[in-house]
Amino acid sequence: MSEPGGDAAVTEVQRPRRVRPSYTPYLLLLPGLAWLVVFFVVPTLSLASQSLQTGNVETGYTLTWHFQTYVDALSHFWPHFARSIIFAGIATLLTLLLAYPLSYFIAQKVGRWKNFLLVLVIAPFFTSFLIRTLAWQTILTDNGPVVALARSTHLTDLLQWVQLTNNDSLMNSRFAVICGLTYNFLPFMILPLYANLERLDHSLIEAAGDLYATPIKTFWKVTWPLSLPGVVGGTLLTFIPAAGDFINSRLLGNTQTVMIGQVIDSEFLRVQDYSTAAAVSFVLMAIIVVIVAFYVRRAGTEELV
Amino acid sequence: MSDQVPSAFQAALARGLISRRTAMAGVAGLAGIAGLAACGSAGKTPTPGATTKARVKAATDTSDTDKLVNWSNWPAYMDVNEKTKSHPTLDAFTKKTGIKVNYTEDYNDNEEFYAKVRPLLEAGSDTGRDMWVSTDWMVARLIRQDYVQKFDLANIPNHSNVDDSLLNVSFDKGRLYSLPWQSGFTGIAWNPKSTGGKKIETIDQLLTDPILKGKVTLLSEMHDTVGLVLLALGKDPASFTAADFDAAIAEIQKAKDAGQIKGFTGNDYTKPLASGDTAACIAWAGDVVQLKADNPSLGYALPAQGFMLWSDNFVIPNLAKHKKNAEMVINYYYDPAVMAEVVDYVNYISPVKGTKEVLLKIDPPVASNPLIIPSQDVLSRSHVFRGLTAAEETDYNRKFQTIVTG
Repeated sequence: MSEPGGDAAVTEVQRPRRVRPSYTPYLLLLPGLAWLVVFFVVPTLSLASQSLQTGNVETGYTLTWHFQTYVDALSHFWPHFARSIIFAGIATLLTLLLAYPLSYFIAQKVGRWKNFLLVLVIAPFFTSFLIRTLAWQTILTDNGPVVALARSTHLTDLLQWVQLTNNDSLMNSRFAVICGLTYNFLPFMILPLYANLERLDHSLIEAAGDLYATPIKTFWKVTWPLSLPGVVGGTLLTFIPAAGDFINSRLLGNTQTVMIGQVIDSEFLRVQDYSTAAAVSFVLMAIIVVIVAFYVRRAGTEELV
Repeated sequence: MSDQVPSAFQAALARGLISRRTAMAGVAGLAGIAGLAACGSAGKTPTPGATTKARVKAATDTSDTDKLVNWSNWPAYMDVNEKTKSHPTLDAFTKKTGIKVNYTEDYNDNEEFYAKVRPLLEAGSDTGRDMWVSTDWMVARLIRQDYVQKFDLANIPNHSNVDDSLLNVSFDKGRLYSLPWQSGFTGIAWNPKSTGGKKIETIDQLLTDPILKGKVTLLSEMHDTVGLVLLALGKDPASFTAADFDAAIAEIQKAKDAGQIKGFTGNDYTKPLASGDTAACIAWAGDVVQLKADNPSLGYALPAQGFMLWSDNFVIPNLAKHKKNAEMVINYYYDPAVMAEVVDYVNYISPVKGTKEVLLKIDPPVASNPLIIPSQDVLSRSHVFRGLTAAEETDYNRKFQTIVTG
């Protein structure tokens, strides 16, 4: 609540200045707002309501404010939540490491090849998500060249030692799931980074050079801070969907790599326990909102908004 | 909701004590709670024995004036002309009757499809479909929830061609609501490349043989996986008890904890099996018949202790607009000559008597494949999973999913 009288005073000063009130901005907002209400607010409320109901599909549900569902969901599925956050976090970090140099290269170094390379980045989107994930089954297959190379370089031993795989194969492991997530969400990191780095003002880098900054120092003091909005945008676009993903862990993982998206799928479709499914979805949403809010605040990029 | 906004609040608003934005947030909050409550009350009150609720079943049948039928089916479940990408038997039906078949392959998964149509059926509205093809246990659920209509057998005279063994099923006594489209076996498949040439012919071997460690997949379809394990334990999937079910679950859990199982799959087990990444798995016979065309060395066993027989069945949902046309389609496919053409392509088991005789003429190798045309002896060792009550279904699915999602 604002301080008494404060608002009124301000509006009274402002009012005479307005010549004709224009409704156009509000009208332009209307479709977007209506969309949000119908496809976000109402479903979110319905989900919240569902999570607090008891009953079953056949006899119907009634709202009983049954908060125990949340307690049960968290105590059963906390390992899946933790696993999803960790997998998505690692995948996000990997996409950043891969995408940053690539985006910089496309944005600054390739001249007229820019558009062509961007098309190459987006090209995988022309195939379905499912097919792209299934392709990794072929890439990481036991008799394939990738596994042969990994075995001859003892990469498989290393991965097994850090517990990313369980045996000397690569498929059906944490490693495979993280690879799939990294690959599938890479374009979501590249595009915002590219859009940002493309606008990078070269005179600032030249100025840094004039002031005897080493290339590394120039990067950390000039390029990196300027690219933060792109980094934050890219990491959000990667992390959020990756945390809720269930295709990669299903097709590339094993019984120890089940992510929370699979749990929601199973509770909603197979067990038909809609309340638990809704509660798990809600907790996932809450966790992501908290992480993102904390992250955006830390990154401190007002330019994003 | 606004009439319930406290007057003190309105007064504060009028005096400008509360900014408009705060007020809107407050109202939104109240509306939110109202919304939660509204969603709750929109649900039905639970009534014991809810299957007795009255439902509008039949719509006005426009079959005679509207020469159309909407059929949802599983992908790759119909003969295809590779050149024109058309379905020859469907085209022939249209030519013969003048009825256009709107054939859609949007039935990928029983549960997913159910989740899609349930809200419509529950609300008593038309699903836009006149027929679809559901697996046995899903048929049991659809009948239990009163979502499907009785056939008018007068429109299906070829109904007498249906194999007798498929007419007497526990979930639909007398086959009033469902008729079989295709059947199949669930057994064990293995790739000799990865088993060292060893044959994997029992569930016990699949779940415990160290040579398969970490290279086994089971089906995420509970009825198939648990059914086979029940048989391995000497129990009948057609009449097991809750304790039997728990014993089967414990068996699977043990194998999972030992690291024997690498995953639970749907149809996607086929590629890793063919490549050898999966050494052995629970598999559907029709898939393996197709896989063997490219990988002749693959092995397939129907366990001696018994194996599962499932069917996918025609059903006609409530309020279907072209019920009679749908029944004419069913009647058409129960002609052995037509069914033989379909089976020749999809390689599942035909529910129609006389299919073998036709196949012997048009494609003898298929007719002599025991997985497509099984002998009576083989059929007698097959088992059908029994229909479940609502409570059992929830309980069993939860126990099984606890293993799947670990």
